[in-house]
Amino acid sequence: MAGRMRIRAKMSEEGVVDVKALMRHPMETGQRKDAEGNPIPAHFITEVVAMLGDRELVRAHWGASISQNPTLAFRFTGANEGDQIDFSYVDNKGEKGSGTVKIKAG
Amino acid sequence: MKSSSIQTRFGRRWFLGAGATLLAVAALPMRVLAAAMRPDSTFTATAVDAVINDLGGNAVDSDMIELEVPPISDNAANVPVVVNSKLPNTTKIAILVEKNPNPLSAIFYIPEGTIAFAETKLKVAQTGLVYAIVEADGKLYKKSMETKVTLGGCGG
Amino acid sequence: MKKLIATILVGSVLSVGVIADDWDDDNPAIFFSEDGADMWLEPQGPNEVSLEECDLGLGAGVVEGAYAQLPRYFEDTGKVMDLEARLVHCMVTLQGRDADEITAHPYSLSGETGTEIEALSTWIAEQSLDMPIQPPQDHDAEKAAYTLGEKLFYYRAGTHDFGCSTCHRQSNTRIRLQELANLTTADGAGAAYGSYPAYRVTQGVVRSMGWRMRDCARQQRLPEMQLGSEASVALQVYMAVNADGAPMTAPTMKR
Repeated sequence: MAGRMRIRAKMSEEGVVDVKALMRHPMETGQRKDAEGNPIPAHFITEVVAMLGDRELVRAHWGASISQNPTLAFRFTGANEGDQIDFSYVDNKGEKGSGTVKIKAG
Repeated sequence: MKSSSIQTRFGRRWFLGAGATLLAVAALPMRVLAAAMRPDSTFTATAVDAVINDLGGNAVDSDMIELEVPPISDNAANVPVVVNSKLPNTTKIAILVEKNPNPLSAIFYIPEGTIAFAETKLKVAQTGLVYAIVEADGKLYKKSMETKVTLGGCGG
Repeated sequence: MKKLIATILVGSVLSVGVIADDWDDDNPAIFFSEDGADMWLEPQGPNEVSLEECDLGLGAGVVEGAYAQLPRYFEDTGKVMDLEARLVHCMVTLQGRDADEITAHPYSLSGETGTEIEALSTWIAEQSLDMPIQPPQDHDAEKAAYTLGEKLFYYRAGTHDFGCSTCHRQSNTRIRLQELANLTTADGAGAAYGSYPAYRVTQGVVRSMGWRMRDCARQQRLPEMQLGSEASVALQVYMAVNADGAPMTAPTMKR
């Protein structure tokens, strides 16, 4: 279930690409307990990267206080409609997720 | 194989019978930490001052930072935050939540060609300040706003 | 849980939908809906069969529009059933699975990230998006369910002398920041009923109407309301009929 993403990338007339990613991840802080009272281990995304080919668009380091099933939005210029943006993340357990989207006019 | 299309709130969706494959989500190589290493100890620091120190210290108030958080929400697990830095040569945007056990929530690294803008959602433990700490031209700047959190309906 | 994970892994390979990337909200319900779509096609149980022949009221395998016309009377069981009861019925009769096993753990517990019922409910309800809420009131049993639902709505019980009506029989009230829907009116009932299943941010999962019934009962300090029980179904009929054709908006996102 973790590892899935939904991403959209829309380019305005002025050439600004608006990117938003929605990631499925528990972002567990490690401070909660389950129904039996046992602590639920921390499990959260620590790093997210978005690339346009070899060009790094944005990198984020995250803590556990980012929301569950989080979103990340950023903006950039210097791309074309149809270009592909590749997202990837890693979490504190070393598990990875990724997603990809092509820029659309919008 | 059945096939039909349905307009949903998430956009047009096509349903294919079992056996059809989706465009595979490629397993992309993780560009491992060519850039800054995640400052793990800063993420576990428990005081705003300690975090700002780690990030470079001496953050000066700036009105060139636009920081948006809702003034009040019944939904402290999902508080939207938007930061837009008008400071030239912004390279980093960090987001801190004052009253969280570990105030540092996120650091966004902004390379050239990327606009100094970031948006995400935070867990906010209690009413207090949210900070945007911006690094521009090697110096640190800050902006803060209060967000109130309360419980919603039936405490759940 | 393992089965769920296995299902998702399988599903992500032979996945059901090519989804256009022109979505515009941040609702994680979409992941649950995708899971549900996969689960509908997944052969399960001793019979190794999918749910594709499940009759949700509009005929075997017809999902589009089905949720908006539930709960309804089903000949094959002689009962008025809601979506969840019907899903369990199909899991048992088509797939050969055990009802007790399915209903032992239908909804996510603290720290869990989605159950089969939650995912299926999300996807199935989404196939009724924008359609008018119109559960049939033709069969005597359907009418009786409405009458029972109304009675239960106003029935006060338990340690706190609570009834649904305590919170939901008037307009313009709230608890802290939460507005309380007036479920006796078309507007209130329509908005409330139409917005489930909903991704509950504080829970991190999509919650169904069956869960909502159970949780309201819990908050009223009433005994645990069972999935697909006569009481749960009757209350849902009451709301859905009161909605008077209001459109389905689910899956939505709530606090």
